[in-house]
Amino acid sequence: MNQPALLSKQNIIFAILLVVLVAFPFVADSRTLTILLTQIFIFGILAMSYDILLGYTGIVSFGHAMFFGIGAYSTAIMLKEIQPTIPVFIGSIVVGMVLAGILSFFVGLLTLRLKSHFFAMLTLAISGLLLVVAEKWRSVTKGNDGFTFRAPDVFKDRIVFYFCVLACLVIVFLILRRFVNSPLGRVLIAIRENEQRTRSLGFKTLHYKVISSIVAGVIASLAGSLYAISLRFVNTSMMTMDITLDALLMTIIGGVGTLVGPLVGSVVIEFAQHYLSGLARDYPIFERWIIFFGIIYILAVVFFPKGIVGSILTKISKWKQRDQVPLPESKERSK
Amino acid sequence: MENLLKLHNIHTHIGQYHILQGIDFEAKEGEVSVLLGRNGAGKTTTLKTIMGLTPASSGAVHYLNQDITKKPTYDIANLGIGYVPENQGIFGQLTVEENLKVAIRKETPEIMEKQEYVLNLFPDLKKFWKKAGGNLSGGQKQMLAMARAFVNDSKLLLIDEPSKGLAPIVIEKVMEAIVEMKKQTTIVLVEQNFLMASNIGDTYTLIDDGRTVRSGEMSELIQNDELKQKYLGIG
Repeated sequence: MNQPALLSKQNIIFAILLVVLVAFPFVADSRTLTILLTQIFIFGILAMSYDILLGYTGIVSFGHAMFFGIGAYSTAIMLKEIQPTIPVFIGSIVVGMVLAGILSFFVGLLTLRLKSHFFAMLTLAISGLLLVVAEKWRSVTKGNDGFTFRAPDVFKDRIVFYFCVLACLVIVFLILRRFVNSPLGRVLIAIRENEQRTRSLGFKTLHYKVISSIVAGVIASLAGSLYAISLRFVNTSMMTMDITLDALLMTIIGGVGTLVGPLVGSVVIEFAQHYLSGLARDYPIFERWIIFFGIIYILAVVFFPKGIVGSILTKISKWKQRDQVPLPESKERSK
Repeated sequence: MENLLKLHNIHTHIGQYHILQGIDFEAKEGEVSVLLGRNGAGKTTTLKTIMGLTPASSGAVHYLNQDITKKPTYDIANLGIGYVPENQGIFGQLTVEENLKVAIRKETPEIMEKQEYVLNLFPDLKKFWKKAGGNLSGGQKQMLAMARAFVNDSKLLLIDEPSKGLAPIVIEKVMEAIVEMKKQTTIVLVEQNFLMASNIGDTYTLIDDGRTVRSGEMSELIQNDELKQKYLGIG
């Protein structure tokens, strides 16, 4: 969990990956792939925010999409009602983040006292409530029909938007990595592992859980703002359970509590969604691609219970341990 | 010596069960006070009640002449009471270093000195400094749990069955560490291993069916075979 040194293996791999992603639009002239990668980056940001809740604090939330929706609507409404310029776009991101921060603070304060499953149910209820409000408040949200809006002109070039989202992804990743490796991040991990024990070390765990909820909510809102720009359209489906489930599955398949895992999860899921649905043109059976998708989920959970990155890290850790001297107390009875 | 901790007629319920039915207990400063009794007598619940993890239904817990009965766990811990639970409560994903650091609220020179002291006491922790807590052996986990509770300038340490499940050679090490820690802090120990308890304890309190049945000097209990037979099943 320590902050990796600047020239660590991990950082070098990230740097190489970043160079590949920066070079990609200049090397491959594929509009579809550029859009798909942009989508992966956006959902990667959302999944990382979910990992702060699930992976680092042990909170299962079924209402994460509400923060995503707040970001999407803030951006869409402000760009439509004010003007589609970059300053308004940046302002809308800030407004979305502030609103998401305030909402996640109150939701966290109200719900995080409850035990995990009750908390999950309550977040589902609050998220459902917000969805109903969004659907009924048609004068602003246009309900489930949604509305289109103009994005700032600079984003008409998909490559510019690709780089904008990639920059957001890198910044969010670096900030969250710093966050989870900070003393505060250590307390969050301690809460996930044993909340009672953390309390008996003198930590008012509710405060830390609320901080985690705010950080996750604010980042999810950023992802929502970017998603709205990528579609140039917004409707209430952005606040539904499907979005939360996507984030949850990306996190689980990639590996909870790893931060990189959710990014890998978003790659796997977005590519699988894209190619499985694309296969339907040649093979009618893939019209039911969602069934295959379900099979992939089941196989992933059965064979990689710790997620892809989690399983790889476990293998590396076991491999490293093999070379270590046997522990001096190896004669102890197993507990 | 002054009483650091005093429990008066403590009753604790867990759900519908009346677990503690009148516990009176005192821990004097600088001593090792041992809670003894059969399995299920209420020793662990007594420690949890002191920590506020299973709050008392009635009675009073006084620590440093302050009533802490209704205080939340984190406040009690911040008053300087360290707790080492029966299952050690190590954070398996955090390294040894992080397990210790998470307990340290402020890195003052005194605390860092204490960390150095505790690492000299448990050299294995230094050896496995970057190793995940979950990968340590049972004995090392016990040492880490004790070090973590001790390092944060705890005036009182509550240690629950430190010898449980450990090999005799490791128990010896743990015992030596407790004797060493006693020089700097007051200890309340729950222990089934009477040999260990009698070697390091200054005073004892016998608990049976959730009630305090007797307390006194450890030397007195060592010689009282009838009491040991009746309440501990040894003689």
